[in-house]
Amino acid sequence: MTKPVVIVGASMGGLRSAEALRRFGYTGPITVIGDEPWAPYNRPPLSKEVLAGDVVSHETVAFPQRAATADVGWVLGRRVVSTDLEHNTVTTDDGEVFEYSNLIVATGLRPKRQVYPNNIHAGRHIIRTIDDAMALRAELKPGVRVVVLGAGFIGCETAATARKLGCEVTVVAPGTVPMLRPLGEELATELQRRQEAEGVRFLLKRSVADLVGESRIEGVTLDDGTELACDVFIEAIGSHPNTEWLEGSDIDITDGLLCNANLRALKTSGEAWSNVWGVGDVVRFPNSIFDEIPRRVEHWNIPSECAKYVGSAIATGEAGEVFRPIPSFWSDQFDVHILAFGLLALADRNKLVEGAIDGDCVFEYYRGDKLVGAAGIGLRSVVQGYRKVFEG
Amino acid sequence: MIKINVDMTKCQHYGMCVFEAPNVFKLNTDDKLEYTATAEDSERANVEAAVDVCPMQAIFIVD
Repeated sequence: MTKPVVIVGASMGGLRSAEALRRFGYTGPITVIGDEPWAPYNRPPLSKEVLAGDVVSHETVAFPQRAATADVGWVLGRRVVSTDLEHNTVTTDDGEVFEYSNLIVATGLRPKRQVYPNNIHAGRHIIRTIDDAMALRAELKPGVRVVVLGAGFIGCETAATARKLGCEVTVVAPGTVPMLRPLGEELATELQRRQEAEGVRFLLKRSVADLVGESRIEGVTLDDGTELACDVFIEAIGSHPNTEWLEGSDIDITDGLLCNANLRALKTSGEAWSNVWGVGDVVRFPNSIFDEIPRRVEHWNIPSECAKYVGSAIATGEAGEVFRPIPSFWSDQFDVHILAFGLLALADRNKLVEGAIDGDCVFEYYRGDKLVGAAGIGLRSVVQGYRKVFEG
Repeated sequence: MIKINVDMTKCQHYGMCVFEAPNVFKLNTDDKLEYTATAEDSERANVEAAVDVCPMQAIFIVD
């Protein structure tokens, strides 16, 4: 019997990998193993429109399933705990061993968590899964006092959504400006202004030193000693790649799965595994659009771009050109909708090239003389035009 | 023929679909999305790609 392509991770990257294998002509068996009980669903709405809705359900975020992948074997609600890359197997938490012909690593990320001296849990939330969003949605009622720890995109989007639901929202973060790294000083400052105009409060250059409360959260103590009363505490302090199940293999999992420019996983010698591939935000890969430094890229289009590349490589047996996707992201906060292409965080400067900062506008981002990104509020045609620049 | 429906209450006019299926989707001069409600079967792969890249998951193929 032909051994299947085994995809570990049943989120967007896993689904898109299965679809790409079929699209590029692979007709053999495919097994997708995921630890969540749900069929693949879309995560970004969990901090935005889905969280803002009256009902949070899997149905509202499930990806459409297509006829071409109807015969894929889904193994859901089970976690892969180990692998033997020499003998081409993975093992799930209930002890079942799956043999593979090719292994696609698409295990994604999980939220980083804080551990406090008073490490209580009731009233404390994260947002990664549909179950997280359901639990949080149930608590976001008008007048509820919410503290969001972290001022990245997920923190700021969640803050905006909670505010729209009538909550009293405070964002606590160590940085000087929210979303500084991905957006740069000017656009980030403007977004903070727009958030504040909607009633979100920012306590910056601050961290949470401890939690207050016995059976459930009643407040947080900041690092300057002040106490902030709250009913709900949301941690949005970044993510950690899910690679523990790969430990013990001849493979580099320092900050994600290290892959070469063909998305093949690398041995510690630097040689590539011929049948182990990386897909999605768990992967650290070089992108020659920018430079040769492997990076993890936590943008929504990356899993799909990886999947297309790997699916094609496995199905056709040819690696083709190197993988050099154009990263893109968007963010919705109140009536502000940002669209960006590139790796803005690489920039050392940026400049306004269209519009005005308090209205629709487009910024270019540079590292030295090299354009590394572009972002805009509105002016979609202008922003979309940067795609061609990066395609080169 | 395939039938296409975009939920305009979800659409934020990001224009990602335009890149995948330019015969079906476009941004007009006001940067708002316009699309044809039907397309030839030969467009299916492109429209499926557009469905996949839509940040708002607002595009549906009505089979």
